[in-house]
Amino acid sequence: MTSQDRPPAKQRSRQAARAVQSRRAIPWPLGVPALLGALFLLVPLAGLLVRAPWLGLPRILADSQVLDALRLSLLSASAATALSLVFGVPLAWVLARSQVRGISVLRALVTLPLVLPPVVGGVALLLAFGRQGILGRLLDEWTGITLPFTTAGVVIAETFVAMPFLIITVEGAFRAADRGFEEAAATLGASRLTVFRTVTIPLIGPSLLAGAVLCWARALGEFGATITFAGNFPGRTQTMPLAVYVALESDPEAAVALSLVLLVVSIAVLAGLRDRWMTTGAAG
Amino acid sequence: MRRSALTLTTVAVAGLLLAGCSSSSTTGTSSATPSAPVSSTPALSGTINVFAAASLKEAFTKLGAQFETAHPGTKVVFNFGPSSGLATQITAGAPADVFASASTKNMDQVVSGGQVTSPTNFASNVMQIAVPPNNPANVTQLSDLTKSTVKVALCQQAVPCGVTAAKVFTNAKLTLVPVTQEIDVKAVLTKVALGEVDAGVVYVTDVRAAGTKVKGIVIPADVNASTKYPIATLTKAPNKATAQAFTDYVLSADGASVLTADAFAKP
Repeated sequence: MTSQDRPPAKQRSRQAARAVQSRRAIPWPLGVPALLGALFLLVPLAGLLVRAPWLGLPRILADSQVLDALRLSLLSASAATALSLVFGVPLAWVLARSQVRGISVLRALVTLPLVLPPVVGGVALLLAFGRQGILGRLLDEWTGITLPFTTAGVVIAETFVAMPFLIITVEGAFRAADRGFEEAAATLGASRLTVFRTVTIPLIGPSLLAGAVLCWARALGEFGATITFAGNFPGRTQTMPLAVYVALESDPEAAVALSLVLLVVSIAVLAGLRDRWMTTGAAG
Repeated sequence: MRRSALTLTTVAVAGLLLAGCSSSSTTGTSSATPSAPVSSTPALSGTINVFAAASLKEAFTKLGAQFETAHPGTKVVFNFGPSSGLATQITAGAPADVFASASTKNMDQVVSGGQVTSPTNFASNVMQIAVPPNNPANVTQLSDLTKSTVKVALCQQAVPCGVTAAKVFTNAKLTLVPVTQEIDVKAVLTKVALGEVDAGVVYVTDVRAAGTKVKGIVIPADVNASTKYPIATLTKAPNKATAQAFTDYVLSADGASVLTADAFAKP
């Protein structure tokens, strides 16, 4: 039979195991609110799935207005992302590298649309680029072009709201990027522009992609600035979120179906972003 | 492992932020004000939530203030918006005490949902053309709106002002392609007042309420269309006594005189 001192030894190891286990367990004052928080965020999504008119889905999604809205959304979000890349990346570089006084104030101001209610952004856009706006008036006088109620207006509204997402992501990467490579390239005789093009941009590649996807997703979901600045007309300015809002008042089932499409796109964006985001996190 | 969990959370939060931002609606959804405990005494007290069509904003704001003065201790909180949107909110369980719609159709929606039993019509309204004060496109009559150079804003087809405006164009045998279909009548009026469109078709009461910000052009009576405004206390109104008193007040002679002063017609 076993000796007398062995059971206590086993007991000790069990105690130790329990201690480790209890240290790993989530304490309830954290676990309970965490569970409630997770439920709060997930239950509405479940509601969308439970109430979705699965059988009527093909009929609703084949509706030409729905397809128009989807096409317009994809097109304008992509155009807004392209504009954001062209203007936002250089701006992010200036914000990250410039030593000029007041650059931090500029950074705060250009990222303001992140926190500004989009409807306020729409009103501001009307007052700037509307037919009676401070710049829009000149545009109308000189060229006869007016932006509100056009697809170009949708792209402008989306760019205004979404570009800051790209700027903050890319600016962070510019700051975190190893300057050693750039300096090495510079000492080998490369001009600043060449360094930017051949060294800096490849260095921040993953962040650039993550920022562009975030920007695109935000543009795709834009509602407030779009309906305020670009109005609502099927096929021209009615993007998916506007179509969801309008449908909710006349055909709630269609609204749920449209929401489902946007949900699928959002999930795809999250899934696509996960790896990229981690890479840049590690690089920082 | 820990890092990946953290970054995943960050991405998830960012994603949900994106999703959240997109749903910021422009209707002034009333924050359900916690109503004061309803006392058992017959005296009226507490808060009521009145869901009313956007076109009723000026008249009902006045009526609400007069009602609060007549019954100290009561508070009338308004949620103005497109009737169709309000009806959807009510059938989805929004805590409304009174619903005043700009069309019988949206009231019927609430009746068939079981939230209301017997609505009463209290006013009617006809359409008018609203143009910016300087009338940049020289609009003088309904047919001017169909010119390709004239930018026109209408209400979207689900809301009563959109339905009624469509009737006007059908009556006049005109085909109009607007540049935008706004979510409610006040949004149309704003686009006109800002000069972003050359004209909008709105209720005559909205032109009156906008004062000098827009100019009204009368639509001939033989082609004009009207909409009726029904009101009802909800069967499950959280503060039923005060809600019924407010409904009665809107239907009273005092209520009618405020509505008439704002250019509403009798039902």
